[in-house]
Amino acid sequence: MLSGLRGLGVTLRGALRPKVTFEYPKEHLPVDNRFMGFPALTWDVARDEPYCTGCMVCVRYCPTQCMSAKMQDNEKFSEGVSHRKKIIESFEINLGRCILCGICVDVCNFDAIEMSLEHERSERLRNANRVDLPTLLDMGRVYQVEVGWKQSKPNAASPNERAAAKAAGEEAKAFEESVVEPSDPDDSVNTAEETGEDAA
Amino acid sequence: MTENAAPTNMGSTITQVPNPEPGTVDMMVNMGPQHPATHGVFRMELRVDGEQIQDLVPHIGYLHRGSEKLCEHELYSQIITLFDRLDYVSNFNNELVIVSAVEKLMDVAPPPRAELIRIIMCEFNRIASHLLFYGTFAIDMGAITPLLYNFRDREKIQALFESVSGARMMHNYFRVGGVKEDVADDFESRSLALCNELEYGIDETDRLLTENEIFLERTSGIGVISGEDALDWGLSGPVLRASGVPYDVRVEEPYSRYDELDFGIPVGSAGDCWDRFYVRILEARESVSIIRQAIALMEPGDTMAQIRRIARPPAGEVYAHCENPRGDLGVYIVSEGGDRPYRLKVRPPSFCNLQALRDLTVGHYIADAVVILGTLDIVLGEVDR
Ligand code: SF4
Ligand code: SF4
Repeated sequence: MLSGLRGLGVTLRGALRPKVTFEYPKEHLPVDNRFMGFPALTWDVARDEPYCTGCMVCVRYCPTQCMSAKMQDNEKFSEGVSHRKKIIESFEINLGRCILCGICVDVCNFDAIEMSLEHERSERLRNANRVDLPTLLDMGRVYQVEVGWKQSKPNAASPNERAAAKAAGEEAKAFEESVVEPSDPDDSVNTAEETGEDAA
Repeated sequence: MTENAAPTNMGSTITQVPNPEPGTVDMMVNMGPQHPATHGVFRMELRVDGEQIQDLVPHIGYLHRGSEKLCEHELYSQIITLFDRLDYVSNFNNELVIVSAVEKLMDVAPPPRAELIRIIMCEFNRIASHLLFYGTFAIDMGAITPLLYNFRDREKIQALFESVSGARMMHNYFRVGGVKEDVADDFESRSLALCNELEYGIDETDRLLTENEIFLERTSGIGVISGEDALDWGLSGPVLRASGVPYDVRVEEPYSRYDELDFGIPVGSAGDCWDRFYVRILEARESVSIIRQAIALMEPGDTMAQIRRIARPPAGEVYAHCENPRGDLGVYIVSEGGDRPYRLKVRPPSFCNLQALRDLTVGHYIADAVVILGTLDIVLGEVDR
């Protein structure tokens, strides 16, 4: 009896305290700057191009194989505006499959990918969360402004660039050698999904 | 009691035993896999005589994702993400096991600061896990209020996790050889403030339910297991300690920097549901004191050892285990020298603790089965892997 009353006292005191809950769709809790939302690609404002060179390191390290990237020659390099010989041509991440682990950010040598604060994506179509390069860059731009982003890894310029690119190349090679089997099963899953969607 | 014969098409492993009373037969009851009190997808097949349980067969595997097999195809850095998803309410503790196993195999030591960050994170996670246990266990018995109080405190811990690792649950923060990045500048002050709040919160929830007469009625003397039996079943963690066996991996085989910290191991005496419940509250209090000590030991320094980005342990075998909130979580790795393990085996405490369920339950009432299962505090992600 006594302890029951004691419990009641706790709830009474709790009722007098200010509330700690938020009404979610109306109010949004601010997230920490470190928050790992969906990955996004960053934008090099000085040279007006993405940081990403399409080196594919992140693609290889992604545990869910949800990304793909393609590189192309950088026109701005031949014009002398940029120091990047290669630049990203197309980039796709299936955000519906991404587990927000942040490994891609860890392994990128060029600071080209960051975990943005974006975390509320819901789409009607199953594959609508496969986002392409413009969307990723948009998400990145928003993120860069939100957190006042600065490049933290050695800038991929001049000697540094070569060192980093070389390291990345070596690791990628080592990685490729160590890969026992290609991720065929996953590709086939993707294709099946796509065809399923087309048919629908 | 019913005249109906039990359905025969449910893969039953219990044989029908007719009651001596003419015309009556024991009834088969399926609890789960979608029962709210099974904490996930777990099915218990009960043979009941009236309200009394005569036999129990647990069915697991609904959440089997083949994590161990998957690990054979993943880099060591990617395996950490799989371990996050084993016991999904104590992610940091799980990460610690896999990284310390690989570190043991590679013979690298993480920097002291990284070790302390790990300990602090793990202990916070232990508190979060025990708070969740407290709340859901109360819900199992029809007390809804404690859950709300516990979630209030757990939310604060999650917010701290977010400011450290960037994620609230699936952190992927520990690395082989250290942690991903150093904590923010205000981490220490924030943690200490949180410790005070948690201490208050734990006391409050303790006042709310622990001594309640109805609660005592439901838990004391229910599902008793003796210390020897518990050891025989291979139980570990709070479930074992509630039976009076002071076994804790943090003390028996200190890993990380636990040997520098001074903390007690709360043990129960009766080994009943109430003891299993209360041991966890005491443990949460010990964790608060561990965190305070660890913060006092913290010094600026590196948080990552100088190792290659792709961990390539030498060929060999290693077993490492740590004290999880649910018990003794172990991982056994066979390496052939590559960047992925040849074979990886997990010793999940939830699975081992679940073995005693039948012995604990038989003879009690159906409502007690819920309580007993609740005190074993299983996480199906870990049981099924
Ligand atoms: S690792 Fe970085 S630079 Fe290379 S493809 Fe990925 S995001 Fe682009
Ligand atoms: S966060 Fe992880 S799962 Fe998502 S794209 Fe990056 S590496 Fe892949």
